[in-house]
Amino acid sequence: MSEQVMAAAGGGAVLAADGTPLKERLQKTLRRRKLVAAGLVLPLGAFVFITFMFPIVLMLFRSIDNPVINENMPLTAAILEHWDGQDIPGEEVFAALAADLAQARETKEIGRVATRMNFEYSGVRSVFTSTARKAKNMKAPFKDALIKADEKWGEREMWVTLQRMSKPYTSSQYLAALDMRYDIDNNIVMQDEDRQIYVMIFGRTLWISFLVSALCLLLGYPVAYLLATLPLKYSNLLMIMVLLPFWTSLLVRTTSWIVLLQTNGVLNDIFVWLHLIDDEGRIQMIYNQMGTVIAMTHILLPFMVLPLYSVMKTIPPSYMRAALSLGANPVTAYVRVYAPQTVPGIGAGSLLVFILSIGYYITPALVGGRTGQMISNFIAFHMQKSLNWGLAAALGGILLVGVLILYWAYSKIVGVDNMKLG
Amino acid sequence: MLPSYAGPLETTWYYTFRILCGLILVFLIAPILVIIPLSFNAEPYFSFTPGMLSFEPDAFSMRWYEDILNNKQWVHSAKNSIIIAFFATILATTLGTLAALGLSRPEMPYRGIIMGMLISPMIVPLIISAAGMYFFYSEVGLTQTYLGIILAHAALGTPFVVITVTATLTGFDQSLIRAANNLGASPTYTFFKVTMPLITPGMISGGLFAFITSFDEVVAVLFLSGFEQRTIPRQMWAGIREQISPTILAVATILVLISVALLATIELLRRRNDRLRGIV
Repeated sequence: MSEQVMAAAGGGAVLAADGTPLKERLQKTLRRRKLVAAGLVLPLGAFVFITFMFPIVLMLFRSIDNPVINENMPLTAAILEHWDGQDIPGEEVFAALAADLAQARETKEIGRVATRMNFEYSGVRSVFTSTARKAKNMKAPFKDALIKADEKWGEREMWVTLQRMSKPYTSSQYLAALDMRYDIDNNIVMQDEDRQIYVMIFGRTLWISFLVSALCLLLGYPVAYLLATLPLKYSNLLMIMVLLPFWTSLLVRTTSWIVLLQTNGVLNDIFVWLHLIDDEGRIQMIYNQMGTVIAMTHILLPFMVLPLYSVMKTIPPSYMRAALSLGANPVTAYVRVYAPQTVPGIGAGSLLVFILSIGYYITPALVGGRTGQMISNFIAFHMQKSLNWGLAAALGGILLVGVLILYWAYSKIVGVDNMKLG
Repeated sequence: MLPSYAGPLETTWYYTFRILCGLILVFLIAPILVIIPLSFNAEPYFSFTPGMLSFEPDAFSMRWYEDILNNKQWVHSAKNSIIIAFFATILATTLGTLAALGLSRPEMPYRGIIMGMLISPMIVPLIISAAGMYFFYSEVGLTQTYLGIILAHAALGTPFVVITVTATLTGFDQSLIRAANNLGASPTYTFFKVTMPLITPGMISGGLFAFITSFDEVVAVLFLSGFEQRTIPRQMWAGIREQISPTILAVATILVLISVALLATIELLRRRNDRLRGIV
């Protein structure tokens, strides 16, 4: 050992017991430890990637993917690529179209083509299906034959839309998700007034989330303060009242609010009994935005109380006592000394509640009526009812970007390690 | 506590504040409690009948509970819920605990980013997760299978395990492991004799979180399940949307009792953990 130290002093490297340089040995060990740590995380990483992240990425790809026309009407798509979009295209395009339509009918893909086009240019579904039926028996000149089959083929808008849709990728889903569309000259314009909806829904989603976060803060702050300042014996008992809702099924809590708030429900009965309202004047408190806000505030309140509580718990009570004994009145002492120290808790709780409420689906769907629906409900609608999966993916993509930005802010401000669960 | 020298203003504020907090706690707990008596309603209403308010025995009945037991669908969905939650919990707890062990090692590279990604199933809106899973799982033939829902629920439950187990491991004294190694214990032996007893409470509470996540989850089930795999929440969802009957309140009451049991378990574990680590 002493010889090795001597060697080091003499300019050589320090050697480990087996004669390799110590530095190298250390690096090797550290590398091995790193690999072990990564190896422990790998199974979950792979699992979450395969079952969760990859499917979402794949789904989001649908928002720009546009294969239907390109694949099923290949001849038309190839020729239209070079069309300048000004005059109605010539005979060769019509010939290609007739061939494509006949072929699409043969392969039974015409339904998908017609549906896809109909999302872009509403009302043209039947133009495609009916023309396709006749396409097989059409003879040159195809231009006249097709326009005779349906006048729409003589319109420039039809061809501009078809040209746009025949590209393999599209931005039109994202435009639609933001209430925009392409006009006849391929400029991006706002959707007609009466067809604008999603910007309003995104706005409403943000508004409801903001309202819920604010209400949670308003209700959660005093409770957290009480829990943090009471002796442990009592606060543990009251804490159970906060945690029980946290552990109770979301559907149970939503059901409870239906029972409480509906027009023949418990709250209205109490109001009538107290003669606050007439039997005829029962208040509509549910199946509207109010129902969504009340139920969501109740469901998310524990997520506000817990981070606030854990921050307030770390504030020494002696600070307030010091401020008071130095002559501050209770309000000043609170505002200048206590409140600033709770800001991290306010940030953590509000951000968490906001992030969680922005993607809420179940509660608005059950108690939201028409005016309490949020963006998730529209994604579900396009997933399950209208089957406009591209638009659902685009709406989901925008929602996801919003949530991830907030999540990133949360991890910067609060840190994912500091997330508290009960 | 209110000091004896408090003036009238302070006393008023003290009691006003207490009453305010009391009302907020009532807001939290009352909606859950109100369904319990209503589930014993003899009439098919969602409101207290005059008979119930004057405590007539005839106004109460167990008929909605009998309804659940006699209804094949409810019994079947209860079985489904338990089977799916059980396997999802095992999967989530195993993978989550391993990952938490890795994440708690000081030499773990890119810790923040990886942690953020592993927690993301908790943050990403459920409708997006469910939609993504629906497309991918149907492509690989996992929709309308138990395995599909179990995998989905396990993915949604892992963040809770990761969070709780890492929390138990913060402040974990790494020298305990070195000491065990020094004394000649193999890594496996060290894990079972030193690490395991310390992280067990975190594992169990994480597992319970994963269990309740799966037991309560409905969005993924809506997209992935067929009629055969209907779970209790799926059945409740249909009940609330279609034919709302007090049977749902009876089911809800049972679910509340299950939550109480789970909460009690978690609380006991938390206290045991605090005691072991010498916090209290």
